[in-house]
Amino acid sequence: MQLLTEIPGLNLAAPEVFIAVAAMVLLMIGVFVGEGSSRIMHGLSVALLVIAGGLLVFSPENGAAFHGAFLMDPFARLMKVLVIIGSGVAIALSVGYARLEDYGRFEYPILVMLATLGMMLMVSANDLIALYLGLELQALALYVCAAINRESLRATEAGLKYFVLGALSSGMLLYGCSLVYGFTGHTGFEGIAAAMAAERSLGLIFGIVFILVGIAFKISAVPFHMWTPDVYEGAPTPVTAFFAAAPKVAAMAMLIRVVHGAFEPAAADWRQIITFISIASMGLGAFAAIGQTNIKRLMAYSSIGHMGFALVGLAAGTEEGVSGVILYMIIYMAMTLGTFACILSMRREDGMVEEITDLAGLSRTKPMMALVLTALMFSLAGIPPLAGFWAKYFVFLAAIQAELYVLSVIGVLASVVGAFYYLRIVKLIWFDEPEQDFVPMASELRLVLGVSGIFTIFYVIVAGPLSAIATTAARTFF
Amino acid sequence: MSDLPLLSIVTFMPLVGALFIFLIWEDSESARRNVRMTALFTTALTFIISLGIWINFDNAQSGFQMVERVEWIGENGIAYHMGVDGISMLFVILTTFLMPFCILASWEAIESRIREYMIAFLILETLMIGVFCALDIVLFYVFFEAGLIPMFIIIGVWGGARRVYASLKFFLYTLLGSVLMLLAIMAMYWQAGTTDIPALMSHQFPASMQTWLWVAFFASFAVKMPMWPVHTWLPDAHVEAPTAGSVILAGILLKMGGYGFLRFSLPMFPLASADLQWLVFSLSVIAIIYTSLVALMQEDIKKLIAYSSVAHMGYVTMGIFAVNVQGIQGGIFQMLAHGLVSGALFLCVGVIYDRMHTREIAAYGGLVNRMPKYAVAFLIFTMANVGLPGTAGFVGEFLTLVGAFKANTWVALFATTGVILSAAYALWLYRRVVFGTLDKEALKSILDLSTREKWILYPLIILVIFFGVYPSPVFDVTQASVDALINNYQAALEGAVTAAANK
Repeated sequence: MQLLTEIPGLNLAAPEVFIAVAAMVLLMIGVFVGEGSSRIMHGLSVALLVIAGGLLVFSPENGAAFHGAFLMDPFARLMKVLVIIGSGVAIALSVGYARLEDYGRFEYPILVMLATLGMMLMVSANDLIALYLGLELQALALYVCAAINRESLRATEAGLKYFVLGALSSGMLLYGCSLVYGFTGHTGFEGIAAAMAAERSLGLIFGIVFILVGIAFKISAVPFHMWTPDVYEGAPTPVTAFFAAAPKVAAMAMLIRVVHGAFEPAAADWRQIITFISIASMGLGAFAAIGQTNIKRLMAYSSIGHMGFALVGLAAGTEEGVSGVILYMIIYMAMTLGTFACILSMRREDGMVEEITDLAGLSRTKPMMALVLTALMFSLAGIPPLAGFWAKYFVFLAAIQAELYVLSVIGVLASVVGAFYYLRIVKLIWFDEPEQDFVPMASELRLVLGVSGIFTIFYVIVAGPLSAIATTAARTFF
Repeated sequence: MSDLPLLSIVTFMPLVGALFIFLIWEDSESARRNVRMTALFTTALTFIISLGIWINFDNAQSGFQMVERVEWIGENGIAYHMGVDGISMLFVILTTFLMPFCILASWEAIESRIREYMIAFLILETLMIGVFCALDIVLFYVFFEAGLIPMFIIIGVWGGARRVYASLKFFLYTLLGSVLMLLAIMAMYWQAGTTDIPALMSHQFPASMQTWLWVAFFASFAVKMPMWPVHTWLPDAHVEAPTAGSVILAGILLKMGGYGFLRFSLPMFPLASADLQWLVFSLSVIAIIYTSLVALMQEDIKKLIAYSSVAHMGYVTMGIFAVNVQGIQGGIFQMLAHGLVSGALFLCVGVIYDRMHTREIAAYGGLVNRMPKYAVAFLIFTMANVGLPGTAGFVGEFLTLVGAFKANTWVALFATTGVILSAAYALWLYRRVVFGTLDKEALKSILDLSTREKWILYPLIILVIFFGVYPSPVFDVTQASVDALINNYQAALEGAVTAAANK
């Protein structure tokens, strides 16, 4: 307790401290108990994440810590809760899978917790150095996660690809940071913003570009998306589910804070960049997914497209836009985790299957799973009244307000193209005849799928309060 | 009585029925019977309750009635706002009226997955009623778009051979039109600061903006209507959909386009409507003549009726955009009448399709010898489709032509040739299917209408003739709202003229 009072604002970082300590304790337990502890570790880590989430929600204090490098505000709190939920669900999704695929390692939940810690730092980072530390902690944990199944050639390949490209992007980010620091003399976001308001040199713009490139890698926005399909396909499916949810939320939150916190005076410049990568992501996500037959690859392109849609809100550069992006990430995460719960249930007697044609006739063999998956697909396509529609509604609402008409029109047209491949899955589920049944769903998958389905279908009921929460969080920046 | 949220009850009643069916898990013969009975009971009850809307409706008022309002998303944002006026009320009744017939028509025709089928239909009913009752533009859009989901499933699962193609085409065409409308809705929100339809109706949008908004809405409604040249999804969807699906498509879903023009395009963008009147007129006339000619050459009965629907919707758009009492009243009447008549025609096709499992015209001939009752029913609906005086089809067609004549003589002249063409294709179809000698072996044992089919077709015959000779119940309801619509439209145009003169 002495420590808490000596370092000012340490209590603001209590959830992070808790997770860091918890991860290390878990590691100790794991090392002493050995390989047999995998299942207990999964359970423990989810419980500890829930406690950390509780710490977050029930600590109303806002402010800056560590000399302004670490910020706690409504936005950070909301995004951290999202990250924790995403990580917790991802761990839960992996319980049965790791056992059945016979690579159950106790390290996996610990790595997820460490990645979560990194992501929480990213969300709260108010300084380029803090940002980089959080980002690297998260990235290193993720590289290992991708290759966690050492026996699988594909997983190892995915891990390696992810590592090489991730390292490249980190390098670019770091280069951008050094440029920004060199031209402004600050690493803190307030200092950068103040210096940028006074003078905007060309070098500074270069710095912004490199930082944005680095972050675009993390959210897998076009043209820095190359790693996504391979990593999604190669990594074990629960790991892919993890990659698709929490890290995207954290990176998007970091992007919001960087552009609105540090680069606010250069809004005219970064908005152009965001607009471009948004259009490119929506377009590529829509068209490239059409040709996919592997559902994990398809989800990779789908996530690229969705990041494009989320960026539409950011391109607006307004409070409405940020609130739209926040809502988009909440809804995207719920839909993605639900869809991956379905993908993880695609198991036959002789192992996992990943082709979308394996879903044929699902409405006859597994009616409830088919119903929820159909709702998720329509939701991903953005058809009202499902959640995915409202996600798109609010980002485009902001874009129209900012008079980004071309972006909006291209965006909605891309959503129509994108609807095609989601419909193709619905077609397989409903119109085609079943070949072979899947084995019964595991209970943790049922739970995740059920919650996600209920959220997606009945979103209209919680739409009001959720919008209010997102607006409050977005107000942090304005 | 007036305290009850009547509109919400009618809107969500089918959803309750769907929930009950959802809870029937087994798949035995008795369970299927229960599913059918539940669906029929729900739709019948919904219809009876919806008559309460008509009874409580005050014909003298031009504004919205039976209004319900609950705040929904965000302050000053989207509200759950329901209400009907003279333009929308009868569409609600038409929807609830046609639904029991759809359920009856699917009684034996649908054998597999009857539970999912009925759930899809009941959800669809809720969404269709919602479209006509919604008084918040985003709520309207939600209902409007959500209807695609059940219809997609209905066409795709219970449709014919090319069902996948037809359902995808239907979905993507409609979605493409609608998303542009969505952007326009957002632009309107930022301009007017509200998504409330009555408030938007009294808001004056800048003239330059109106054109863009009008075009975006037009993209959606023209596809839905459908107007030439974006009508091509309709024949495919009609041909592949099961009978009840076709009835709903022709009877209700197409009317959403016309309703949209009346609810949004005319009152909210009067200047753009006046400027682009020529566009609607040209497309309507092309639709009337061209699709009638196309209908002549069809070999599939359903496809022929589908093309005739496009032609009839041409009269509706022409009448609506003539913007005079005759044109708009005629347009509304034509939509209601077409809802009954084309619905009935598809049901007639369903009757022989259920027996022979083919829709090819060439496979039939001489049905009158074995099916006299059917022949009479089919004749009456065919005549109504042609627009014979004394049937409901005549009143609307005549009034829209009068309205168009007042607005533009040439348009009326060309459109009138469509009347002749419609007689040509409809009567020729009738001759090939019903008259002639019964020389096809397969048809020798065909049976006349069953009791269930009589229950479906006879009420429709009565209504088609009743509204043909006594249309005033409809006009009494629509009169006040249509007058108000036209007055506001004229005032807006005059306002723009004076504003231009003062410059």
